[in-house]
Amino acid sequence: MPNSTSAALAAHALRLAYRQSVVLDAVSVTIPAHQVTAIIGPNGCGKSTLLAGLARLHAPEQGQIILNGRAIQRLVPRELARQLALLPQHVLAPDGLSVADLVRFGRHPHTGLLRQWSPEDQAAVTDALHTAGLADLAERPLTTLSGGQRQRAWIAMALAQSTPLLLLDEPTAALDLGHQIEVFELIRTLTRAGKTVVMVVHDLVSACRYADHMIALRAGSVIATGAPRAIITPALIRQLYDVQCTLLHDPTDGTPIIVGAQRAL
Amino acid sequence: MALERPQSIKPSSQLTLLCAVLLLLSVAASIGLGAGAVGPLEAWSALGGGGDAQARLVVLTLRLPRTLIAVLVGLALAGGGAMLQAAARNPLAEPGLLGVSAGSATAVVIAIALGLGHLHIIVAIGGALLGCALVLGAARLSGRGDDPVRLVLAGAALASILAASSATILLFDQRTADEVRFWTIGGIAGRSLAQVMPALPAVGLGLIGAAVVARPLAALALGEQVARGLGQHPQLIRASVVGCVALLVGAATAMAGPVGFVGLVVPLAARWLAGPDIRRALPVALALGPSFVLLADTLARLVASPAETPLGVVTALIGAPVLVLVVRRQRLPSL
Repeated sequence: MPNSTSAALAAHALRLAYRQSVVLDAVSVTIPAHQVTAIIGPNGCGKSTLLAGLARLHAPEQGQIILNGRAIQRLVPRELARQLALLPQHVLAPDGLSVADLVRFGRHPHTGLLRQWSPEDQAAVTDALHTAGLADLAERPLTTLSGGQRQRAWIAMALAQSTPLLLLDEPTAALDLGHQIEVFELIRTLTRAGKTVVMVVHDLVSACRYADHMIALRAGSVIATGAPRAIITPALIRQLYDVQCTLLHDPTDGTPIIVGAQRAL
Repeated sequence: MALERPQSIKPSSQLTLLCAVLLLLSVAASIGLGAGAVGPLEAWSALGGGGDAQARLVVLTLRLPRTLIAVLVGLALAGGGAMLQAAARNPLAEPGLLGVSAGSATAVVIAIALGLGHLHIIVAIGGALLGCALVLGAARLSGRGDDPVRLVLAGAALASILAASSATILLFDQRTADEVRFWTIGGIAGRSLAQVMPALPAVGLGLIGAAVVARPLAALALGEQVARGLGQHPQLIRASVVGCVALLVGAATAMAGPVGFVGLVVPLAARWLAGPDIRRALPVALALGPSFVLLADTLARLVASPAETPLGVVTALIGAPVLVLVVRRQRLPSL
């Protein structure tokens, strides 16, 4: 069930802190609708914190996040959960949970004591399973799936939320190349169907290949935003990772490829 | 195809049948068996108004109230255990092991020593609430609230301190000691229905609360962040669970004293039969809890007959080996 409503998300002068230490300061970003946005940067630069902030898991010290023209702090949790689905980096499921069980949880924001399970909910679950290519595995326990399948099952849960926005924290962490591509291609399919995806990605090459838009963070500040081909330069990579490199371009699609990387002295 | 099921959170019909048969058998045993000379057939005819006067007296004033109390205690402890385990994501989070029952019992002992015995049920619920808060707070302070064994250790320490405090009070206060001697090890012998009436609304309220909070609690099994992403309030869910558990365990303790291991064994069996989702495990635990307590209480009358073995001793004899097995194997369904 593709949702084509415009769902641009924007952060204004955001400051996020854990206790005393400020992780992000004066961060302003906009998330273009119906595109894949990748948040990149070195370890500890605040990528996951920014994603958590955008999903309101982390309350800002300053600034605000605007969704459909409204500050997300003003939305009740259930309303936000119908607009925005989040998949954290570390997820765990109880033993014995089946794929369909997990995906049904995605309907939580749409059901309740007074609003019981409906054909619409069932349709959303079936759709999510199909989109994620898991229809045949619906009754399988999660623990029996491969890493890529399991990750797709979690994404299917987020899909069943039927939100225009999807926030994914390192959706391909700990997956091998084949499973990474499986997940990234699913993400591409989703934006083609009208979703807006924001993801934290460690692997710069994959980020370049699969993202339409990039937000580069370093030490809690945004140092570049834009299309990968426009912003990824040897200078930016040096600035982000203290690495010297040469950039080539993939002859098939022009995606930047990093070669000859070594520590900048 | 299985996907066509509405939400597949209803237990299967075989499981329902199994629970029903078990409950019927255990009620029959509880009414029919006992230390007295009244046999099963005589007891059942006495229930219908037949039999001699002595049989009617035994059945109507001793065994029937006992059966009803066992059912209530079973419901309360099994429900409280299942909820606490789901909220703490810890298969060992048992009200008895965590010191919740001990908190409740100590509060009652203090109240009786102070001459406030008539506040029994309220004090018991308050004590259970305090016990819950103390042990969850202690586990959280240590920063390892996710470690199942650590939480149980914190609970065991708390339970020992509380039991020692109760024992000390009883040592110095003969009147209180006489009043609660049997009660402090857990037992439901010699209770009248009038004594348990105050616990009835607490159990009812706790069960209604459990039914309401089961759905959001199920989402919490996916982790705090995912639950919040689904629009739930983890803090609110945990607070509601603590409230329900305090009502249920407090009421059970007021009726029967601190009876351990029911909240461990029964939810464990329920998860094994119905899977980890609390929406499925809770009804099964509630169906099995009364049977377990009824059978344990029937055993309590028979093992050392005509003397009465405390119910808490019987449940511990059954439950402690299960606990050891669970800890040793660690292949219990994790939460």
